Amino acid sequence: MAILTYREALNRAMVEEMEKDPLIYLMGEEVGHYQGAYKVSQGMLDKFGEERVIDTPISENGFAGIGVGSAMVGLRPIIEFMTWNFSLVAIDQIINSAAKMNYMSGGQFPMPIVFRGAGGAGGRLGAQHSQAFESWYAHCPGLKVVCPATPKDAYGLLKSSIRDNNPTIFIESEVLYGSKGEVPEQEYTIPLGLGEIKRKGTDITLVTWSRALSFAEEAATILEKEGISVEIVDLRSLRPLDENLIYESVKKTNRALVVEEGWPVAGFGAQIAYLIQKNAFAYLDHPVERVTQMDVPMSYAANLERMSLPNALRVADTIREMLQ
Amino acid sequence: MVSSVPKDSQSVSELKEFYRQMVLIRKFEEAAAKAYSVGKIGGFLHLYIGQEAVGVGSIASLTPKDYIVSTYRDHGHALARGLNPKPLMAELFGKGTGISKGNGGSMHFFDRNAHFMGGHGIVGGHISLAAGIAFASKFKKEDSVTICFFGEGAANIGSFHEGLNLAAIWKLPVVFICENNHYAMGTPEYRALAVKDVSVRAYAYDIARDHIEGDEVRKVRDHVQVAVERARRGEGPTLIEVSTYRFRGHSMSDPAKYRTKEELEAYKKKDPLMRARHELELGGITTEELDKMDLEIQTQIDEAYQYAETSPEPPLSQLHKYVYAEDK
Repeated sequence: MAILTYREALNRAMVEEMEKDPLIYLMGEEVGHYQGAYKVSQGMLDKFGEERVIDTPISENGFAGIGVGSAMVGLRPIIEFMTWNFSLVAIDQIINSAAKMNYMSGGQFPMPIVFRGAGGAGGRLGAQHSQAFESWYAHCPGLKVVCPATPKDAYGLLKSSIRDNNPTIFIESEVLYGSKGEVPEQEYTIPLGLGEIKRKGTDITLVTWSRALSFAEEAATILEKEGISVEIVDLRSLRPLDENLIYESVKKTNRALVVEEGWPVAGFGAQIAYLIQKNAFAYLDHPVERVTQMDVPMSYAANLERMSLPNALRVADTIREMLQ
Repeated sequence: MVSSVPKDSQSVSELKEFYRQMVLIRKFEEAAAKAYSVGKIGGFLHLYIGQEAVGVGSIASLTPKDYIVSTYRDHGHALARGLNPKPLMAELFGKGTGISKGNGGSMHFFDRNAHFMGGHGIVGGHISLAAGIAFASKFKKEDSVTICFFGEGAANIGSFHEGLNLAAIWKLPVVFICENNHYAMGTPEYRALAVKDVSVRAYAYDIARDHIEGDEVRKVRDHVQVAVERARRGEGPTLIEVSTYRFRGHSMSDPAKYRTKEELEAYKKKDPLMRARHELELGGITTEELDKMDLEIQTQIDEAYQYAETSPEPPLSQLHKYVYAEDK
């Protein structure tokens, strides 16, 4: 087992897939000569040349459209948004074109495209650069939404996303790029829609994904010392969603808390809470709770940013209240 | 009317074919309008009547390996591509036998085999898609050319500028055809375009440009042909503005009160079908022969109408089908 960073795992997944399939290309701002704004595409230009690792001008709507058009005729683009914040000017191409192309053409145009890049909040980047948008994209049928939390998952899930014939929203956590973890040396994939129990427990089910997994794990470690046993479900992908994994865990623990980096209103956690009360109501000893980012744009001030983001202490406090 | 008389039998038969296609479009849409008015067609129905020479002339310059990207006003482009009117009409009726199995409707005709890459409903959003299809041709080292239709209203949206810029810097084989019918829904061009001539925007991207009148079908073909060949030679995109006019409103629900009767009548005198018919007569085709042709096309449209009407709706099991593609 090799120890890789999250960004190295992503890089390895892309390189291996591109070596295998000449129809795959990577496109985005600074992915080539600059070696990637977050260095995820480091070395790829040298390996694959300018025809397959393609720098674009700053024009997300335009190059997202290039990706979609090229996928209509059989290419398999990986479109990098430098950050998901910038994807909003391309959201028309993602939702009105990519997500619906196969449906509105009566199945004539599969859409083998991956939109990927840095998401999430933190680092005092302020209101326009600190946002978790997975709920926006998970809202739309036709898209798949993937949010890996570990290097191992990032590798296996990105490979599956690239091989998928549907438009995949692959949101990488900006603050996790440097995080390290074990990644098997042998090639593997992780099917989209398969969550994982990241920690076994008996008292409460904590449902989470992406960076929020780290808050969950930290809280679980704190609570373990108090004799509270937390089970952590990492969804890994929001669409498709591993619903049964959630229900099976809730049936065991009888309590559920969703921890997410996004805003609370109409956030994906609300959908999970709905599903649990709908499908596992009889097993619940407490209403499903959520820990989210605060319902405000992100402040630059360090103390306000800290207060705004979910964290392990808030998770632990919420769990203590739920167990009282 | 200045008429260019077809000079030899080849140009007569070519013009005859163009005339046939234009009449097919006209009659298809008249039938669609009728079906819409009695509630057999729902949603929006944007008719192409008056603009036929643009689609027919442009698409005549293509080969089957080339690609066409269209707008929500896509019936004419699809028929000019040679698609069978039956599945097109069935699509308008929302039937399972439709070209997009009833999932698309008027604005979303698609035919993968014919390289008809869709009618797209968001104004201008498809311009960068077209650049993407052309990008793929270049990537795969195929010499296919993509042509992309849009109206002058689309020329103000970001996707137009981004699509043209990307196509220009990468010398993509794409021809952008602005069908300027002078109204973006109800907004006349003088209220929307800072510079009225859309084609001069080509200068901003250092690409070739052209500007023509759209009532003479062979002229449209000749001009688009030049751009298509330029693209095929690897010399990059062209922006062509074709001045045209729609005789109907923006869609069937638009009474078009924002324009005068006089203006409409003046344009109707430049009807591309009338013009082609007149030129054919000058080339020696008799009125009887042309009338016979019209009648045959009318029969074809009646059959398409009948087919659409009697076709079954899509099965309810189709509702969830196609949201996601099958696995690789």
